[in-house]
Amino acid sequence: MSLIQTQGVGVLVGSRQILRDVDLSVRRREIVTVVGPNGSGKTTLLKVLIGAQAPSEGVVIREAGLRIGYVPQRLAIDQAMPLTVARWLGLSGTSDKEVHLLVAEQVGISGLLKQQMVSLSGGEFQRALLAQALLIRPDLLVLDEPTQGLDQPAVASFYRLIEEVREDLNCAVLMVSHDLHVVMRSSDHVICLNGHVCCQGTPTLVSAAPEYQALFGFGTEGALALYRHEHDHRHDHAKESDRDAG
Amino acid sequence: MLDDFLWRATLAGIALALAAGPLGCFVVWRRMAYFGDATAHAAILGVALSLGFSISIFIGVLVAALAMAFMILSFSGRMFAIDTLLGVAAHGALALGLVAVTFIPGVRVDLTAYLFGDILAVGYVDLLIICAGSASILVLLRLRWERLLLLTLNADLAAARGIDTRRENMILTIMLAVLVAVAIKIVGALLITAMLIIPAAAARPVSRTPETMSGVAVVAALVAVVAGLWTSFQWDTPTGPSIVVAASALFAMASLFALVRSKHMH
Repeated sequence: MSLIQTQGVGVLVGSRQILRDVDLSVRRREIVTVVGPNGSGKTTLLKVLIGAQAPSEGVVIREAGLRIGYVPQRLAIDQAMPLTVARWLGLSGTSDKEVHLLVAEQVGISGLLKQQMVSLSGGEFQRALLAQALLIRPDLLVLDEPTQGLDQPAVASFYRLIEEVREDLNCAVLMVSHDLHVVMRSSDHVICLNGHVCCQGTPTLVSAAPEYQALFGFGTEGALALYRHEHDHRHDHAKESDRDAG
Repeated sequence: MLDDFLWRATLAGIALALAAGPLGCFVVWRRMAYFGDATAHAAILGVALSLGFSISIFIGVLVAALAMAFMILSFSGRMFAIDTLLGVAAHGALALGLVAVTFIPGVRVDLTAYLFGDILAVGYVDLLIICAGSASILVLLRLRWERLLLLTLNADLAAARGIDTRRENMILTIMLAVLVAVAIKIVGALLITAMLIIPAAAARPVSRTPETMSGVAVVAALVAVVAGLWTSFQWDTPTGPSIVVAASALFAMASLFALVRSKHMH
């Protein structure tokens, strides 16, 4: 039973088809990553999944009582709104200060609780956003390009943190990412999106798929992967069987 | 010692300050000052309607403000930038209201009271309606505070938490329309937005959380009301504008305080 599932989801904005025929599902404890070029509808897909945007076609099925922790790509706090990190965490609906401190320590912002949100650095701000999402004890954590603007070591430690969180909360993680190498290492399932789902499956499967190669066009690496792909004639069906096994 | 009308004026001012403080914070946080103006200016159109159909000013103003607010919400995001659209709506409604009033047969209407308020003319029934309007805004804000804060910070974040963002936006709009109806007799259509944004803006430099800001905004609005009434009584100045002048002075002081503090810190 999946936590969240889409069937034939399409989004039309004006006369522009942003998404079409998206079928996907996320199960408990699964780390699912959406990759795709700019303008491929990744953020729109996340908005449909969290319920911020209604799909023009198709359905989104959420498990009853599903708690979603969402970390937006950008969150512009108006200078006119005074907001300490502690108060931000309080907006999770959990007012227990000890729990706040615990989560703040986990993500590494425990020394910043009295700071104003607008005074935080990019990395600190991202962690503060994550901390609030964690405090609602989500079944599904949805992250939109969470490592944007972070340097390499920070990206690596961020993904370690995500895996740790998955263990702690027993939740699923769905994220959009550009860090292809890390994605391929730490995801259970990869969805390659370009207006529609080009291909999806395990990282090995997707990195070998010609659709993925065509989108991200890796020179010789692509050729090698394509060769590997030639040996896997079950590509289309493998998607399914692979998901069932996972 | 104090006359009855002065007591009623003071109580009406207090009621307005209590609601305008926190609601004004949302207007400032969400950059709705122009939206507030358009809604408030539509009040004059509401006054014309009330006089024309011989209904309560509060009802006419409430209906006009609501109609304006929802019209703007449904038109926004097309062809024109929102401030252009709001500028057209605000001034168009004001002008239309001023023109419409001249067509009302019978007594010649002095619009000054509706443009700048006439707090000293607040009667018992008015006072009751003002208190009821203010109280309903406060109760709504109290119940939906966290939801409205999340929505203000990020609509997607609010949606992910299962908040119906359209509904909350609508509730905020209705509260604004109620405040316009409450404030029209006190500060008048032209200065309603001032009562919303100036106390909130004065509170910003000295606040660290949304709650302190809205609390300080209430205090600033209360001080402005009392100071304005006192000035008006002492020197026979118009009351509504005197209240706004007092609020502006508080804003100037708070800004100066923030400037001096930041100089000390660097």
